[in-house]
Amino acid sequence: MRPLDAIGFAVTSLGGNRVRTLLMLLAMAIGVAAVVLLTGIGNGARLYIVDQFASLGTNLVIVIPGRAETANNTPATLVGETPRDLTLDDARALARSETVRRLTPLNVGEMTIAWRGKERQIPLFGSTASLLDIHHLRLERGTFLPEEDMEIARPVCVIGAKVYRELFGQQNALGELVRLGGFRCRVIGILGSEGRSLGLDTEEMVIVPVAFAQMLLNTEGLFRILIEARDLATIDRLKAHINATVAKRHYGEEDVTIITQDSVLATFDKILHVLTLTVAAIAGISLVVAGILIMNVMLMAVAQRTAEIGLCKALGAGRLQIMALLVTEALLLSAVGGLIGLTLGFAGSWLAVQFYPTLNTTPPSWAIAAAFGTALGTGFLFSLLPARRAARLDPIQALARR
Amino acid sequence: MIELREVSRLFTVGGQEVRAMDRVSLDIASGEYLSIMGPSGSGKSTLLNILGLLDTPDSGTYLLQKWDVTHLNDRQLAATRSRTIGFIFQFFHLIPRLTAQQNIELPLMLAGVSQRERRERSRPLIEAFGLAERCHHRPDELSGGQRQRVAIARAVINRPAILLADEPTGNLDRHAGGEIIDLLEGLHRDGLTLVVVTHDPEIGERAARRIRVVDGRIASDSKGP
Ligand SMILES: Nc1ncnc2c1ncn2[C@@H]1O[C@H](COP(=O)(O)OP(=O)(O)OP(=O)(O)O)[C@@H](O)[C@H]1O
Ligand SMILES: [Mg+2]
Repeated sequence: MRPLDAIGFAVTSLGGNRVRTLLMLLAMAIGVAAVVLLTGIGNGARLYIVDQFASLGTNLVIVIPGRAETANNTPATLVGETPRDLTLDDARALARSETVRRLTPLNVGEMTIAWRGKERQIPLFGSTASLLDIHHLRLERGTFLPEEDMEIARPVCVIGAKVYRELFGQQNALGELVRLGGFRCRVIGILGSEGRSLGLDTEEMVIVPVAFAQMLLNTEGLFRILIEARDLATIDRLKAHINATVAKRHYGEEDVTIITQDSVLATFDKILHVLTLTVAAIAGISLVVAGILIMNVMLMAVAQRTAEIGLCKALGAGRLQIMALLVTEALLLSAVGGLIGLTLGFAGSWLAVQFYPTLNTTPPSWAIAAAFGTALGTGFLFSLLPARRAARLDPIQALARR
Repeated sequence: MIELREVSRLFTVGGQEVRAMDRVSLDIASGEYLSIMGPSGSGKSTLLNILGLLDTPDSGTYLLQKWDVTHLNDRQLAATRSRTIGFIFQFFHLIPRLTAQQNIELPLMLAGVSQRERRERSRPLIEAFGLAERCHHRPDELSGGQRQRVAIARAVINRPAILLADEPTGNLDRHAGGEIIDLLEGLHRDGLTLVVVTHDPEIGERAARRIRVVDGRIASDSKGP
């Protein structure tokens, strides 16, 4: 039998029972659409998050005190021990390299801020003027920390938008004196409200010069040092410079952990990719359900068309040919259902983009191929059993029935 | 053309053995016209199914055109059926969603013949069988006689050597049944070997050679008027 004739024959037998055919098409289409749409959304979310992360600057290098045993720059190194502090002197020494574009030390602690009887808990950040650019912060009013030696503990602060609202309401804050712990400190700037970069809630924070923070928090050690490399290509040289400098200053021990943004980014990317795959697999289950439906319906079709199958055998069709006829039918259903599903999926992801333009939900091409392939695969697999049953029909008994 | 040697076919129904064919030996020459009669359940259909390779003997030998077809595999059986045997059934067995013409061409389609050649070969049959006006109608729009004519055209389109008909008139009135037998006899005159199973003595007597089957055996085999 010629392939085109087989398809034509399948079309007529599918057309013979419209309701059944439409139901199967619907099941397949929904399955494929679900896979396409969910992978699209998953992928869109991944791109969004990775993009947000990347906006922090991929040539950012973070130096954390303490050497983690599980090296290799994975986020697992974030929980290292702290055998020896990083100090402001270390920071200053690290800054002396042409691979460094900007560098800022960072100290973090909890603190109370108070103004005219109102007070609240805030995360206190001790840093320098460079933090503004390194962390892409936006200043709403006033000035940021002054460009001066990091040893100077000038009692000034820059406050987050929410801190400003809650302490001052609509009133002027610039130049006002607030209490930070036991010290008085002048407000010189207010941060913009939108800058919520990953890991830092800029609305709530208060930033002071690093030496002042060390005084407030009563510590010598730094939480970490943020370094922006001159460009991506110099990151490896920068890491070598950091290790060498730290070793020289810490009696031969490279007791710091270096985290580069791209390794964090890669890990995030990997995690989100797996998530997307998981979601796709869950959607894939609906395809299997569609496959089982196809099997059921094909079994019914075989029972209904017993006489026809027996006839084809009497007219010279072998077992393989009978199987091929039924499998063709199932494949045709899957293919058409799959195409409808792809269309629906794309329409859905297009709609999603209209409503959430920030989320690029265009499904990746592998998902399209996988969804369509799975549709054909389940169609094929689940039609084998009914097809085998048909092929084994005894033509005499099949024809004996009216 | 056909030689059956001691062919038996057993069925077990409810633990009991039924000999539907009991050591039947039968020779049929090319171009013969043969009728098979006998009481219900005597094994007529079983004999016809064995002859048509729809069923295989439990013992004995079947030579078809000098070729031993007793132990062919499924593929070979199908190919032989397609090339040498045409079937006609009591209940026509047309595919309801196909037109008369498509039904007639079905064996050719299954055999992989091109659409153009199928048309070329079905056209003269459709004309000869008086189906020209009805060839684009579906079976449920045809009369019983027309349906059986479509079935006969389907049986002969692949130019078989033998035509096997199991009660071809069983589902038709006298008039239509007579027409169908006329048609089959015409095909026989053109050279086909024709075997007709029937309950109707009038039809059975028309054949040049008449076989009577009783309890799975050939009880009589008579030639001539
Ligand atoms: N598939 C089967 N399974 C079990 N028994 C069968 C089968 N086919 C036929 N038989 C038995 O074999 C015997 C012969 O049956 P067959 O159909 O050949 O008779 P028949 O002469 O064609 O009868 P009828 O005139 O009613 O069509 C019967 O006893 C029948 O019950
Ligand atoms: Mg019978």
